[in-house]
Amino acid sequence: MSEPTQPKGSDDPAQVAAFEARIARGETIEPKDWMPERYRRQLVRMMSQHAHSEVVGMLPEGNWITRAPSLRRKISLLAKVQDEAGHGLYIYCGTETLGVDRAELIDQLLAGTAKYSSIFNYPTLTWADMGAIGWLVDGAAIVNQTMLAHASFGPYARAMVRICKEENFHKRQGYEIMATLAAGTPAQKAMAQDALDRWWWPSLMMFGPSDKESPNSAELLRWKIKQKGNDELRQRFVNLTVPQAAAIGLHIPDPLLTLDKETGDWEFGPIDWNEFMQVISGNGPCNRERLAARRKAHADGAWVRDAAVAHAAKDAARSAA
Amino acid sequence: MSGQWPLWEVFTQPADGSPHEHAGSVHAPDAEMALQNARDVYTRRGEAVSIWVVPSSAITASSPAEAGPFFDPGNDKPYRHPQFYKVPRGVKSEE
Ligand SMILES: [Fe+2]
Ligand SMILES: [Fe+2]
Repeated sequence: MSEPTQPKGSDDPAQVAAFEARIARGETIEPKDWMPERYRRQLVRMMSQHAHSEVVGMLPEGNWITRAPSLRRKISLLAKVQDEAGHGLYIYCGTETLGVDRAELIDQLLAGTAKYSSIFNYPTLTWADMGAIGWLVDGAAIVNQTMLAHASFGPYARAMVRICKEENFHKRQGYEIMATLAAGTPAQKAMAQDALDRWWWPSLMMFGPSDKESPNSAELLRWKIKQKGNDELRQRFVNLTVPQAAAIGLHIPDPLLTLDKETGDWEFGPIDWNEFMQVISGNGPCNRERLAARRKAHADGAWVRDAAVAHAAKDAARSAA
Repeated sequence: MSGQWPLWEVFTQPADGSPHEHAGSVHAPDAEMALQNARDVYTRRGEAVSIWVVPSSAITASSPAEAGPFFDPGNDKPYRHPQFYKVPRGVKSEE
């Protein structure tokens, strides 16, 4: 989906210069401050996609709540999924400060015209996938969101600060699941390894295409919405995760993975961007299922929303009388 | 479909004795549900001992474009700060 490009010169050049000077000084931009139309649009695009990802991200894990192997695992997973709902709300609330309605954004999601993170279009086949998601998907999200907590737009940065405080629990509960399985029976260990094999590459794709290929990267960096490029963040994630896999005796499914002794970076093999493009354009294994589940949940909740409005109206009428 | 619920700004007090701070916003059909939604969204880990919700439409904010002249009266009065005043050498003062 390509963004309509803003006709050049529609923003006052003096105002753009003053704005860019503020960015250069590291100032925070607040909703009522003047901003270039393109900055506003990039934020709406990025923040709404982020919010949708939190919401759709509840589905693959929600799939396992009723089948968690113990009460301890169940309450943790339930709390984690509830946090993701909260994350979606924090970011929708931040997006609304830019003058868009949450209802409008949700309509776009339900209509299938909005994007969300490609990772949530993969299926959760075994309990070990709950471990892999917490460890890898939330792990990758932490790397990304820690950077976004310094975004130049105040409401986005503040939502990220709030989210980052909650993500460590998500990652640790996932890693604990993986570590427990990896130390279990051969079948349990195989299940953990299988989950890592399936989630590893999609997790690396979460950071988006290489900066050289990413149409939005340069602009986001220039305006300090992002402080670091996709490749740098991906590398950071790999460097953090490789030793974590080794510590629990699991094997990263990449024959080309090697430590560059000079840089300290774990060099990894090529990412299948073709797969990424397929999934992001709607042809991943679960795209249709995810949207169908969201639509059904939204439709099933309509009577609750209507009842709440009716109750509020009745109450208001009563207290006016 | 009933359109979107009104927007409420949420202020939370992190601990007894501290001031309420803006936490974010929620949508809710009435004040009671706004409070409940605010609790569920912003205080899942005991982050607050008190919550205020205010209809967003009830908030009047100063304009960033006029921040310069608006706050100017407070910016050019150094004599409102203790550093403006000289104290003889060796005299201890309370700051
Ligand atoms: Fe999240
Ligand atoms: Fe999370």
